Amino acid sequence: MFSAYLIHLLILIGIYLILAISLQLSVGFTGLLNFGHIAFYCVGAYISALLALAGLPFWICILFAGMGAMVFGFLLAIPTNKLKGDYLALATMGFSFVIYAVALNWTNLTRGPLGLPGIPKPALFGFTFSSNLSFLILTLIIASISYFIIKRIVSSPFGKILEATRDDELAVRILGKNTFKIKSLSLGISAFFAGIAGSLYAYYITFIDPSSFTLLQLIPIVSIIIIGGLASLKGTIIATIILVLLPEPLRFIGFPSSIIGPIRQMIYALLLLLILIYKPKGFYGKIELE
Amino acid sequence: MEKLNLSKILEIKNIKKHFGGIKAVNDCSFEIKEKMITALIGPNGAGKTTVFNLISGLMRVDMGKILLNGINITNKSIEDISNLGISRLFQQSRLFNNLTVRENLLLPMDNEDTKFWKNFFGRNKITKEKESKINEMLEFVELKEIKSKQARDLSYGQKRLVELIRTILNPHIFLMLDEPVAGISPQLRGVLAQFLLKLKSQGETILLIEHDMNFAFGVSNEIIVMDEGRVIAEGGPEEIKNNSRILEAYLGE
Repeated sequence: MFSAYLIHLLILIGIYLILAISLQLSVGFTGLLNFGHIAFYCVGAYISALLALAGLPFWICILFAGMGAMVFGFLLAIPTNKLKGDYLALATMGFSFVIYAVALNWTNLTRGPLGLPGIPKPALFGFTFSSNLSFLILTLIIASISYFIIKRIVSSPFGKILEATRDDELAVRILGKNTFKIKSLSLGISAFFAGIAGSLYAYYITFIDPSSFTLLQLIPIVSIIIIGGLASLKGTIIATIILVLLPEPLRFIGFPSSIIGPIRQMIYALLLLLILIYKPKGFYGKIELE
Repeated sequence: MEKLNLSKILEIKNIKKHFGGIKAVNDCSFEIKEKMITALIGPNGAGKTTVFNLISGLMRVDMGKILLNGINITNKSIEDISNLGISRLFQQSRLFNNLTVRENLLLPMDNEDTKFWKNFFGRNKITKEKESKINEMLEFVELKEIKSKQARDLSYGQKRLVELIRTILNPHIFLMLDEPVAGISPQLRGVLAQFLLKLKSQGETILLIEHDMNFAFGVSNEIIVMDEGRVIAEGGPEEIKNNSRILEAYLGE
């Protein structure tokens, strides 16, 4: 019984880790205040669910989920190219509302608030990941691959140009480098991994509806990257584990589930406040945003 | 007599820039000859930095033309102008604060860093030439020990020097420096003057804005005096120095 619960938590950690490190790429490393991440997650989940329900194999569904989300990332980069800071945050937040509204109202495709039930378990090379333990292994493998890909990106010279763009975009342009391309790539790759995470979520829960993709769901992910420290991958891992596990003891105290939800949000808010007061750069953050 | 043989690198032809009713740059024309240091001087609000912004593409020109080696660069994008050969130093520090000095100086020399796959597969190596170029530059300004420091931890003077080196390492045919010695200690000013003269001897063409008259007259071959958005005098340092009208009216001496 307890081990099933533990496996469930570890799967959540894996999915949140992919979401958080990819958000780290656009926010922490490139300085794009991207609140559209939950929308990319949503796009990935819906693409994956619809394709899986149409009978397509797992690897196609997850890959298309990533690529579909990436297309949206590139598209979002075009109108937001000249926006910075708070304005970019507002525009990307607006994008999240639009995607949510589409998921809710395009009932022919998404069934709206009824959601998409009965998503089959993923299968690869003839093996079906039907047990939660096998799904955990799958999630951890995909999370590790995502981690190493993003780690490789940020430690290459391309990663340095991302960081330079974050520190001073005009100075990068005056050196003759196209920052629109740089920012689009960052947003696109970030969206790709959010789409992958969305696909894993859809396969794991086997049911998706728009309520999983509201802006409220973005709060824990943003909290993770701030608490872990902007532009720190190590900090992100630790913060993901802490933030997924922290509200869990509430279940054992015997609160009704209608109270657990709001308390969970309060815990995130409180933790975020404490971190911002006592350790403004997060656990391992080195950078300061101007 | 040598001057006559030198060709023009930059030609500014009757450029205008108005902000509402304010004529920041009003029918301004001048030429920059190669292998010389030219100083752009004038009182605050004369339009010097606006001219710099128009040349480097930060602002759009209302009227007129800017030619670089005969190529029309008027209203091209900042990136294109940089790639055509203009490298600019800003008045305020624009270092990448969270990167090290070394990383700051590698960026201008790396033409491949925006190519995602090439970097992802590790095909964009940092060559020994680039490293030794950085070392050589830092040694010249006697700042070798700051190479691995974060840019944000440098003193103001060090920041300016590193930024100047970054501007020089950016491939160019023409350097534009907006107040390179503002806020820098007298000793460092000496180092910087030496640095600029060395660059000139290597064949660099430099245009600088300067408020420190001793510095400007000391390093420049040509002085352009601007006021109210237009050029009011041009000539060698001696010529300008002896022009009492300019000195009285605009330089406050």
